[in-house]
Formats: sequence, structure tokens, C-alpha cells
Amino acid sequence: MEFIHALLEYTFLQKALLTSVMVGIICGVIGCFIILRGMALMGDAISHAVLPGVAISYMLGINFFFGAVLTGVLTAVGIGYVSQNSRIKNDAAIGIIFTAFFAIGIILISLVKSSTDLYHILFGNVLAVRSSDMWITLVIGIIILAAVYAFYKELLVSSFDPTMSAAYGLPNRLIHYFLMTLLTMVTVASLQTVGVILVVAMLITPAATAYLLTNRLSVMIFMSAAFGAISAIFGLFLSLIYNVASGAAIVLVSTFLFALAFIFSPKQGVLFRTIRARKAKSVLQDKSLS
Amino acid sequence: MTYAMSVQNLFVSYHGEEALHDINFTIEKGKLVGIIGPNGAGKSTLLKSLLELIPKDQGTVEVFGKSINEMRKKIAYVPQRSDMDWTFPISVIDTVLLGTYPGLGVFRRPNKKHREWSYHCLEKVGMEKFSQRQIGELSGGQQQRVFLARALAQKADLFCLDEPFVGIDITSEETIVRILKELRDEGKSVFVVHHDLSKANTYFDELILLNKELIDVGPVSEVFRPEIMMKAYESQLTFMKQNEVTV
Repeated sequence: MEFIHALLEYTFLQKALLTSVMVGIICGVIGCFIILRGMALMGDAISHAVLPGVAISYMLGINFFFGAVLTGVLTAVGIGYVSQNSRIKNDAAIGIIFTAFFAIGIILISLVKSSTDLYHILFGNVLAVRSSDMWITLVIGIIILAAVYAFYKELLVSSFDPTMSAAYGLPNRLIHYFLMTLLTMVTVASLQTVGVILVVAMLITPAATAYLLTNRLSVMIFMSAAFGAISAIFGLFLSLIYNVASGAAIVLVSTFLFALAFIFSPKQGVLFRTIRARKAKSVLQDKSLS
Repeated sequence: MTYAMSVQNLFVSYHGEEALHDINFTIEKGKLVGIIGPNGAGKSTLLKSLLELIPKDQGTVEVFGKSINEMRKKIAYVPQRSDMDWTFPISVIDTVLLGTYPGLGVFRRPNKKHREWSYHCLEKVGMEKFSQRQIGELSGGQQQRVFLARALAQKADLFCLDEPFVGIDITSEETIVRILKELRDEGKSVFVVHHDLSKANTYFDELILLNKELIDVGPVSEVFRPEIMMKAYESQLTFMKQNEVTV
């Protein structure tokens, strides 16, 4: 109740809640494609690689969105270039490129600003969300949802069967970089809510939770978005009640939801799997006894 | 005349190592064609390079007298089963529905008519009872039949199947062969990468015999003869002979 009172009273809380719910939703949506394409590491890489972009934008006095998208996409291109033009495998290329970008980011930020800003970018500070940040998040959110809606067919077929999509003429590589651009935009939108370090959790955990609960991509996307939003609401609530970091609280709520699905999912959950295995075993034993 | 497939001077290499050397052949329309040869002969590589799914070093490929890019929507490709992610959250009917995508273009979505057509294609392969199952819950043969249904849904003119009979049950194999022959009888062209020599002569009209280079191409009755088949499998046999000598 106190939370609701506070919510009605303080506009900064309203902004925080709206922003983090939007972030939860778009992370959930994009996250589905990230985990189905086996690109969880890529999500981690891009989220770290926006750091130098944010620093450069700050130096130039422009909105950090532009710099972040630039370095995010550069990272995706760099990783693709290294893994396609050498014997270095994709995961190693990811490790090389994104840490380099991240290191550049840390140096740039330590050159121009105090360490508190670095802390906020790394870990988020949702209570400091300004109106302009909220609007940027909203615009990014609309772009993401519209893009996924418009290209749903193409995203589905190129994720499930890239050979087929190439065979009938879809530009798989373009789709990959398109998705990387969306991923970068999502990361930028998430900076203030959960921060660079924990964005990957919001991308992967709600999507993975949904993945355990359904066999339909469209349902998975809606569930994942819902889990993202629920995590945002309850995480923010807990962070206020117990006065802990909001990003971490949001992430842990989503982890809790994942744990529930991991144990109790009717088809994929550990609990019912064990029960089914036991039953099958006892049936066999009964047969051999009788 | 226009050929279903016309290939000239095709060279393909992987990381600097030559995989296919100077391939030339033409195949008439309306044939059921087997691409055969020993392991590592480049059978799948040939199929993929024909469709420009992998880059070629040199050569021209024409499908029905046109470049591959003009014909893509009319080409149905069935991948090797081992290449697929069978845990993907997609149902059997939605997998078949993917076959209607090439005809739809970018922004149009499949409607009820497309769904009914996909269901009809599922019936053709005898998999309609499984339409709501997740694709990974099926057996290998059932999965292969669903992918054939997807190819049927595309209403293609050229069908390319990469090792469709590997690790599947006999009912599924018979169903697939029957449908491929029906397609051929309707005038469609069908290319199948195949490794089991025992049935090659009953399944196909024409054979492309491969071992990094083209050994022979033509009607089964001409190619499927011991002295010609030996040429493709020679290297393996000489290896065995050498081993016997040294042992």
C-alpha cells in the first residue's frame, strides 16, 4: 500500500516505474530472438560495448543514444569481421572485441568524469530517470515493437532455418545486423534502469523463462514481455521497500521467475520430468515383477 | 531448350582447399536426380553451391534458363536434419506454413487460405494428426516428412533435398520417395543428395556421380554400372588395397 501511495505522490517514481516496465517489455521481446539464435553472448557483448559510445556522446554534448548505437553496431560488425576472416571462433571474437570496447569506455569515462557516473551507467539508477529519458525509452520501445511486428515472418524463418531463408532469397546477414541494431537500442534504453552489466539478464532471463513454458514463438514473445514487465514492477517495489539497488532487484525477480519455471514447468520443468521418469520406471518394474 | 539445371565450370573451395573441381552438366526438366558419391565427395557442397548458399570460386549456374536469384522463390530446399535446431518453439503446422512465406513477400502475412493449404500439404505426407505438436517431439522420419510438406507448400518448380533418408524409418522413406516421384510426374525437377547406393538405381531417373570432380552424369541405366561407380569410389578402394599390402 505504501508503495502505491508513494507512486501516486512522487512523479520521479512514476517515471521510474513506467521506464522500467517499458524496458522489461522490449528486453523481453528482443531477448526471445537473441536466445533462439544462440546469441546470448552477443547480447552481453553489445551491452558492454555501448559504454565508449555513451562517453563520447557525453564529451561531444550530444544525446548518448547516438554514440551508443554507433559503438554497439561497430562492435557487432567487428565481431562478425574477425570471426569470418580468421580461424578465431565466434565466442572468442566476441570476447576480444567487446572487452576492448568496454576498456576504451572505462578509460574515456575516467578521463572526463568522476566515478559516480561510471557507477550509474554500469549499474543503473532508475530513480534518477528524467522525463527526456522516459520519452527516449518510449520512442525506442515503439520502434522495436513495430519492427518486430513488421518483420515477424522474416525474423522467425531466419532464426529457425537460416538455410531455407537464404535459399528463397532473404538477406540473412542484413537481418542479423538489423537485429544487432535493435539490440543496441534496447541496451541504450535499459542503461538507466538496470545498467550495462545487468542488461543481459533482462534480455535472456525472461525469454528463457518463456522458452520453458511454451512451444510457440508468438506466445513466447508475449510471455517474455510480461515476465520482463512483472520483474520491473516487483523489482522496483522491493528496491524501495528494502532500499537496495533497483537494477539488481529487478534482475533477481526475473531470476526468481525463471527458477519457478525451471522447477514447475509442466513440460520442461525438473519436477514433472522427475515424476514422469519415476512413473515410467515403476511401470517397467511392475511389469518385470508380474 | 531450357534445362532445369545447367552448370558450367563450377569450382568451389573451403578455406583454400578445393572441394569441387570444374563441374559441368545439364539436367532436363521433370527429372528425379540423385547426387551420389563417397563420403567427402562434395555432394552437399554441390547442392549448396548450386543454390548459391555458399560462395563459389568460379562458374555459372542456371536454373530453368535463368540466374538463381531470379528463380529463388520457385526453389524449395530441405536441409539436412542434423542442421536444424529441433528445440525451436514452433509447431508442425507452423513449420509447414513457412513454405508459404516465399510467395507472400515481406509485409503480407499468411491467412486462413494459406493455413488450409499447409494442412493439405501435411495430409499429403500423412502427418496431419501431428499438426499441433512441437517439431522436436517427432521421430526423424516424421520430421523429414514435415519438411517435405513445407517444400510442397511452397509450390516450387525445383526441389532440393539434402540427405533426406539418413536415419529415418522405412514408412517415411517410402512416403517421401512416392511423393518425389509424383512431383516428377507433374513435371517438377527434384535433386536429392543421397549416399545409400543400394537404392540409388530404383529411386532416381538420372544420377550425378561425384568425387570432388564430376565422374559421370546421365540416366541411371548408364551411370549405375560397376565400372563407372568404381571410378568414384576408387580412392577408397586403393587406400584399402595399400593397407592390405602394408599390413
